[in-house]
Amino acid sequence: MAGAQPFQYVSSDRRVREDRRFVVGQGHFAADIVLPDMKHVALVTSPHPAARIVSIDKSAALAMPGVHYALDGRELATASLPLMAGLDTPNVPRRPLAVDVARYSGEWVAAVVADTRALAEDAAEQVVVNYEPLPHVLDAEAALLPESPLVHAAHGSNVLLDRTFVWGDVEEDFAASPHRLSYRVKWGRSATVPIETFSVIASFDPWRELLDVWASIQMPKFQDQLAIALKMPASAVRVHYDVDVGGSYGVKRGIKHTVLVAYLAKRLGVPIRLLEDRLENMRGGDAHGPERVFDVDIAFDASGLIRSMKMRALDNVGAYAGRSPFQLGKPIGAIVGPYRIQSVQYRAMAVTTNKTVQEAVRAFGQSPTNYAIERAIEEVAAALSLDPVEVRRRNFIRAEEFPYTIPSGSTYDSGDYHAVIDKTLAHGDYAALRAEQARLRAQGLLAGIGIATCLEPSGGNSAFEPLLNPKNTTTTWMESCRISVDLTGSVTATMHTTSAGQGHETLVATVVGEVLEIDPDHIRVVRPDSLSSMPSNSPVGSRMAIMLGGAAFHAAQKLKAKLVAIAAHDLAIAVGAASYRAGDVSDSADPQRRRSWQDLVVIAHRHFHRLPPDMEPGLSVSHVMQVPTGGTLPTPDGRVQMYPCFSFECHLILLTIDPELGKPRILRYVVGHDCGTVINPKIVRGMTLGGIAHGIGAALLEEFAYNDDGQLIAQSFMDYLLPSSHEVPAIEIVHHVTPSPHTVLGQKGSGESGYLGAPAAIANGINDALRPLGIQVNSLPITISALGDRIAEAQQKRATRSA
Amino acid sequence: MKSAPFDYHRPSDIDEACAILAADGDARIIAGGQSLVPMMAMRLVRPTQLVDIGRIPSLSYVRAHAGMIAIGATTRQCAVERDALARAHVPLLCKALPWIGHAATRARGTIGGSLAHADPAAELVLVAITLDAKLVYRAGGATTEISASDFFTGLMTTALPSHGCLAAIHFPASDGGNVGVGFHEINARRSDFAFASAAAQIVLDDDETCRSLALGIGAVTEVPFRLDAVAARLQGRRIEESTLRPAIRDALGDVAPMSDLHASADYRRRAATTLAVRAVMDAAASARGGNPHAH
Amino acid sequence: MPTDLTVNGKRCHVDVEPRTTLLDCLRDTLGLTGTHMGCEHGICGACTVLIDGVPVRSCLMFAVQADGYAITTIEGVAPGPGELSVVQDAFCETHGMQCGYCTPAMILTAHALLAANPAPTREDIVDAISGNICRCTGYVQIVEAIALAAERLRGVNRPIEVA
Repeated sequence: MAGAQPFQYVSSDRRVREDRRFVVGQGHFAADIVLPDMKHVALVTSPHPAARIVSIDKSAALAMPGVHYALDGRELATASLPLMAGLDTPNVPRRPLAVDVARYSGEWVAAVVADTRALAEDAAEQVVVNYEPLPHVLDAEAALLPESPLVHAAHGSNVLLDRTFVWGDVEEDFAASPHRLSYRVKWGRSATVPIETFSVIASFDPWRELLDVWASIQMPKFQDQLAIALKMPASAVRVHYDVDVGGSYGVKRGIKHTVLVAYLAKRLGVPIRLLEDRLENMRGGDAHGPERVFDVDIAFDASGLIRSMKMRALDNVGAYAGRSPFQLGKPIGAIVGPYRIQSVQYRAMAVTTNKTVQEAVRAFGQSPTNYAIERAIEEVAAALSLDPVEVRRRNFIRAEEFPYTIPSGSTYDSGDYHAVIDKTLAHGDYAALRAEQARLRAQGLLAGIGIATCLEPSGGNSAFEPLLNPKNTTTTWMESCRISVDLTGSVTATMHTTSAGQGHETLVATVVGEVLEIDPDHIRVVRPDSLSSMPSNSPVGSRMAIMLGGAAFHAAQKLKAKLVAIAAHDLAIAVGAASYRAGDVSDSADPQRRRSWQDLVVIAHRHFHRLPPDMEPGLSVSHVMQVPTGGTLPTPDGRVQMYPCFSFECHLILLTIDPELGKPRILRYVVGHDCGTVINPKIVRGMTLGGIAHGIGAALLEEFAYNDDGQLIAQSFMDYLLPSSHEVPAIEIVHHVTPSPHTVLGQKGSGESGYLGAPAAIANGINDALRPLGIQVNSLPITISALGDRIAEAQQKRATRSA
Repeated sequence: MKSAPFDYHRPSDIDEACAILAADGDARIIAGGQSLVPMMAMRLVRPTQLVDIGRIPSLSYVRAHAGMIAIGATTRQCAVERDALARAHVPLLCKALPWIGHAATRARGTIGGSLAHADPAAELVLVAITLDAKLVYRAGGATTEISASDFFTGLMTTALPSHGCLAAIHFPASDGGNVGVGFHEINARRSDFAFASAAAQIVLDDDETCRSLALGIGAVTEVPFRLDAVAARLQGRRIEESTLRPAIRDALGDVAPMSDLHASADYRRRAATTLAVRAVMDAAASARGGNPHAH
Repeated sequence: MPTDLTVNGKRCHVDVEPRTTLLDCLRDTLGLTGTHMGCEHGICGACTVLIDGVPVRSCLMFAVQADGYAITTIEGVAPGPGELSVVQDAFCETHGMQCGYCTPAMILTAHALLAANPAPTREDIVDAISGNICRCTGYVQIVEAIALAAERLRGVNRPIEVA
């Protein structure tokens, strides 16, 4: 960062306060909570990908000692409303337990309640379900065919969403361009798979008419959706936000788990716990991620400038859909990536099949889209024999062009993409990497350099909701913070959502401390429950640095203004003549005349006679903040401001592939990262590194693979492979700061960083390595076996040709 | 994922263990539990009784015995990794051990447990077959010794009777001179189940020609197997890749590799060739260098 | 089935079904919730405890098998109330965690590594934690924490043992 440090605490390398409780094992995770007389749930799941549920016989289960109840879908359906869907698809209802038809293998069909989880599992095995298997469909393209089985007969097709947007003069731009090419790439079904599964405890007090919920949750409007499903007012639902969530990265949206457990708690009058086991989670937790086919056409000129793009994104959302189809809509806010593409045609298709249900995955569809966009650069570079770095430089939006409005209506706030790529390449010594690549090739290895440059839209105003569902006219996305100074002069700030490791308490304390000029370590940050909270939309869409940081900032400013006003009145000077410094306020003209922090606290709390007229006593302030930009509905042609702020990252990888074994190895990983002002460097660094690890998994290791019988064959960690410390190389991060003009400190989001570009960079690197063989890999994940087979086949063809 | 209920026994000797097995066909031995407990947690197996032999002192040892190194069935994998006798006289075993799972699984997992489980990708099974080890088991009061090639009969299936319990495994002891070992495996992540693996132990004559070669391939077929044809072809010859590779490729020509989610049959066949070449080359290099553990 | 366990230096008498894992016994019976459940099939490592100083997956042991060992959980690591071990403090210094779920396992594994190898290389550290999956950090800051702890411990006069 150039220039003088403008901040006292922001951007300083301070410890993350949450770490202290985690290192001693005092995290407060949902499964750690024990309530008296608590009972446990286990699930009965469908073994078939599609089947009519003919009968459910619970008698043997209920006869077992310690078993209290067995719930089926019909009973739950009479007492609850379907779970909220994002799209307008009333004939695709989603419920916690299947009703009459099971639509994927692993779908929850019944729930058993017992004294212990072990007994509940024993009993679940004794529930006898008679199924009549039905035809099933697993492939998204097959699901589009007229002869395909219908996952939801009443919906009439398997298509939940099919919407085409045309922004700009697409056909004219294609006609006017000297070159065009097409390609198809596929993003395999993976997800962020936190180590903690979803856990929820519900307890209902019928005298207070109050449902208490502790859950491992990361979900906007969780208590509202729960209340609606159970036909209760949200004021009867108390979600405890002080539960630590063991990782989420989008997927912990256990609304079906919670509705199920809450119903049982009310029905049985005892606290109920569901601690999803790993098999339940993988097969039926509804936490899979996007599974996409991208068909892309691009039109470009002889210098490699991409003028126009047509993209069809086809997503296999699984058997039901909550919010997940919106993952086709969010990327619209950065549909051209960091490039000056003039016009875009985008067709978003969401299709049901008999697979597990998708949930929001880190970046909400942006990473698969970046993978598809970044492939365009590589294709252009290859077609014109240009360096892909040069093609990027030519296509980048230039620093002086910000704010820059893209064809789909979003305006990018700020950025300096050329500076970041230059810094990244300088740090990695790009020329030396190319030389190293040549040297490795000479040794007989396949060696490639992978590059990806992409954006992290941040701030999360979710304008894709009204964009993809015109019946949804939501334009409000709030966050809030309350600050109180107590009679002893200590400061407590509140935040109104759960966290899953993002360090939000540290964020709030740092921002409040910065504004009030007091040590953040002396600022207590607490999380009330949902009934004593102010509005929040939870940590999604890379929004919290912007929104929670913003709300905390504004609340702290209000507090500071109040302190100044109290002091000015007491000193009989104008507010403008007072100066605030580290909690004390003095007369600028005569600094000896001052009121200390403690003086002001006492006046506010005890000396009403000294307060300015019409001022509320005490020192409690709050701020509810709306997203800095947007707040409007889409235009008729589908243009809207999506997120307010855009971070940028540039990945540079050197990798080799063992030509006989097909195993890739990353030798060097450099990433340039610009997320504006960094509030806490340790937190931001962790996000980028962790995001890259997720990206390595998505690119090389992870897939929810199904066999033709509709069974999830990667259903445990033996087959769903998570990167270990061996698979994540040392990663060098190069920083740049282009502040956002929209935020209080210039900060942008960084919660998705690394994941946004790593899969694209790795894929591009592997294809660069394969270039001498004349082959490309077009789908993720790139497994060793598939890569080995492709290489062998290509080498065989060469040998045959030259023979 | 809680196991189905069972009764737990901790017998004080192997015969007591076998008696429980004989009386109840659904009783099972547990030693380290690293393979068994995951299967129980997934309810793929549901023993009615678990017979814990993990603390029977007489089953845990490493000792020299009639030109062999005898290892008790319940000896922890980590103990063998550190054992001076094993390191000196069964270098291939010690070369393969770090590849088994993770340190935390080797802390509990036993030599016998992995062999009785007979996973096609198990490193210990490959080493046992490659070195033609002898497995010793007890059943109904009688002791039987059986060679590794006869013990492993099919996919996760062994000749161990249902009322029997593995007692020991005897590896031929190498005398150290001009001996070299090599071990390679390929997996998606280090310490995963291998898609293919190769184990080689070579003895060179003083002129660096091959006196004997034991070469085995694992994870490719339901039971690991030896490439004796390759050993025969290389007898008396210098080890060079130009002759080694075709010999291995030819020997693997008739093999029908498994195919699954992680690796195709073709991939396994090709990888087996590559890994076998590398294992033999490593073994030859370390034999020439005079240190069987080198490379 | 009654069993005597020694956990963090304290003798505990428990009476649990044989099928109760050591993990579930520690958490549910003894209330030591710092050891976490991630997969229950021995892969993620979140359930790691020390058995006689050696990292072991507690989901793969039954409580009735665990008598006669010195069991150390994360609750036995801090030197005193409100204090942190050198390793724990190093994790805070480098931010070697985010959600905290894999952290107790990582810390115990680190303690065991440094007790056996006071000067581990980066490769040694990577290998030592390779049986513990973290989904948040990408491991880099965890490796840095352990390296930092090693450096600090080498400067201490007396080795600090937790098991």
